[in-house]
Amino acid sequence: MAINPDYLGREYPAPETYEVTRGKIREFAEAINDLNPVYLDQASAKAMGYPDVIAPPTFPVILGMAGSALAIADPELGVDFSRVVHGDQSFHYSRPLHAGDVLTTLTRITDIKALGGNELLTLETVAEAADGQHVVTAGMMLVVRGS
Amino acid sequence: MSRLDYKAVEVGARLPERTFPVRRSDLVRYAGASGDFNPIHWNERFAKSVGLPDVIAHGMFTMAEAGRVITDWTGDPGSIVDYAVRFSAPVVVPDDDEGAEITVGGKVKSKNEDGTVTVLLTARSGGAKVLVKATAVVRLP
Repeated sequence: MAINPDYLGREYPAPETYEVTRGKIREFAEAINDLNPVYLDQASAKAMGYPDVIAPPTFPVILGMAGSALAIADPELGVDFSRVVHGDQSFHYSRPLHAGDVLTTLTRITDIKALGGNELLTLETVAEAADGQHVVTAGMMLVVRGS
Repeated sequence: MSRLDYKAVEVGARLPERTFPVRRSDLVRYAGASGDFNPIHWNERFAKSVGLPDVIAHGMFTMAEAGRVITDWTGDPGSIVDYAVRFSAPVVVPDDDEGAEITVGGKVKSKNEDGTVTVLLTARSGGAKVLVKATAVVRLP
C-alpha cells in the first residue's frame, strides 16, 4: 500500500484564515451556471434574512481543496495525485457561508484503506467562523487508482 | 423567490427533473473558480494517459448542478443542512460544441421530526448513473 497508514488522524491546519468575498461567490456561482439572486445580489439576500450574499452549497469545496492539497502535497503521505479521482463528498452545515465570513479551517485524515486494487483516502475539513462557531464540515473521499 | 413551506411537502413527491449541459469550457471555468486544476478535467492527452476514456467533469461540478434541483425547489439555498453524494461513474465530456448532459431528478424520502426534509437525488449522463447515495437534508420554514 503506497499511502502511509501511519498518517491516519493527521491534521493539517490551514496556514491562514479564508475570507469569503462577494466576488468569489459570484465567480463560483457563474462557474456552476447558477445565477440565483441570493448568491449575487445583496438586497435579495437581505430580503431572505441573510447578512450578505450567501455561497452555493458546494462552495466550501474550495476550503476542502486547500486542506486536501496540503495533505496530498505531503511527500510522506505518498499519494500519486495523477491517479486521484473523487470518490464521494459531503457537506454538513450549521449555517450557510456568507460574504464577510472569515473562516478558520482544519483538515484531518479520517480514513485510509485499500479496496479492490485502489486506495481510499478520506479527509474531513471543519470550518469555524471568527466567533468560534461551527459553520460547515466537508468530507471528501479520494480514490487513488491502482496502476 | 418564494420559499417552500414544510407543510406543503409530501413524502414521495418528485422534484422537477432537469438537464444541465457540461462542455469543456464549463470545466475550464469551474477549474479556475474551484481551484481544482487536476489535468484529467481539461487535458485529453493526460486523461487518456492515466486510463480514462477522455476528459471527465469535476465530480464537484456534477454535485453543484444536482444541488440546483434542491435549491431551486426549496427557493432558499441556505435551507441545505446536509448534502452528500458518491461519484459512481465519470461524466465524460467530448471536445465538441455540445459536450455532455447531466440529467438530475429527485424525490422526497421523508419528513423528519426535527422539521427537516430528506430528498434523494438521481443523476445520469451518457446512460450511466453518475451519482449514487445522493442525499440532501433541508430545513424548511
